[in-house]
Amino acid sequence: MKKLLKLNKLKDHVFDGMSIMVGGFMVVGTPEFVIDELVKTGVKDLTIICNDAGLPGHGVAKLISNGQVKTLIASHIGLNPEAGTLMSSGEMECILVPQGTLAERIRSGGAGLGGFLTPTGIGTIVEDGKKIIETNGKDYILELPLRANLAILEGSIVDEYGNVLYTKTTRNFNPVMATATDVVIVGARKIVKRIDPDSVMTPHIFVDYVIKEEL
Amino acid sequence: MDKQQTRNFIASRVAKEFKNNDLVNLGIGLPTLVANFLPKDVSINLQSENGLIGLGPKPDEVNFDKDITNAGGQPVTLLDGGMYFDSTLSFSIIRGGHVDVTVLGSLQVDEAGSLANWIIPGKMVPGMGGAMDLVTGAKKVIIAMTHTNRGKPKILKVCTLPLTAKNQVNMIVTEMGVMSIKDDGIHLVEYNPEYTLDEIKNATEANLIVNNPIKMNVEV
Repeated sequence: MKKLLKLNKLKDHVFDGMSIMVGGFMVVGTPEFVIDELVKTGVKDLTIICNDAGLPGHGVAKLISNGQVKTLIASHIGLNPEAGTLMSSGEMECILVPQGTLAERIRSGGAGLGGFLTPTGIGTIVEDGKKIIETNGKDYILELPLRANLAILEGSIVDEYGNVLYTKTTRNFNPVMATATDVVIVGARKIVKRIDPDSVMTPHIFVDYVIKEEL
Repeated sequence: MDKQQTRNFIASRVAKEFKNNDLVNLGIGLPTLVANFLPKDVSINLQSENGLIGLGPKPDEVNFDKDITNAGGQPVTLLDGGMYFDSTLSFSIIRGGHVDVTVLGSLQVDEAGSLANWIIPGKMVPGMGGAMDLVTGAKKVIIAMTHTNRGKPKILKVCTLPLTAKNQVNMIVTEMGVMSIKDDGIHLVEYNPEYTLDEIKNATEANLIVNNPIKMNVEV
């Protein structure tokens, strides 16, 4: 399998100050073993884009605890009290984005769009500093695309070409993030010869590397 | 009523607001309890914004699956006919007006139907999660919350905390009554006879329009 990457070679694909999208929702759909390796590399000043701040001791929370995260872009950090403390003290920049806006900004980044208009956040501090555009008599916020250097995703099943299937609620942000970064690394729970073409959720053309989880 | 009875009372009243086949999103906390009180003759579809429709009850040891969770990260089950999808489709469903009713808790609600429930600057920073999209996109927004916080009114003339959305709330259900928010303000449409109308008004900073409210009918 051409795209297979050894876990200890993750270090060749990371650098200080980079931006990383991490799939998962409250760590469901986050490849914990790849995050552990990212902690080991010690790479720092990261901008992490993830739905949330993980759970204490799990997911991106490990990177936050280890002081590797300079900026977190997320929709919700409430289940990780440490993230709230670091945000309040100014030790970590935290940019909170409505969840649907976060998903759509990533989609725009991956789909070659210049942004999109959403009513979400009108009349709130979310609109501060952003362009408001009226169409058909209604106000919308112009939200801009989001991209990153690297995506770290969890594939439930990956085939030898690199096609990916995500099971149940592990899917969440994983497929859209696969479209919006320069490099995509999928942590695979299971590798099979071929996924039924009708069941592929991320086509292999998006996937650069696959790291097999040792179960 | 003790705290749990109060929460059940509010949830039980909210559960009467649904029609057959409604697509409903219940927030974390008190709103989640609403699912326990659905009338037997009403069948609804529950959505969870992390990517499923057909949300079932908490699993037992036998049907526990760590890959099936709700938007609070708690383990749940999937009902027959249910399905999974990714976050972009989930929010097309939410922002696109396909959710009939969303039920959320709140810290404050005001006369204009604005609500504040995602941040207390300097104190609590959980973030808005999907709440801003839900209240903006859902056809009907119901706030399920206790009427006051340690005796302090939560239903205000104007919210003082950073808003979640402007002019989006249609209904408020508390242990004291059911309020409908219209262009001219907040109407008390039902009241809990355990309280006098004066007690309810005193616990509310907003102006309550009271025009022959009926008694709340809730069995808990």
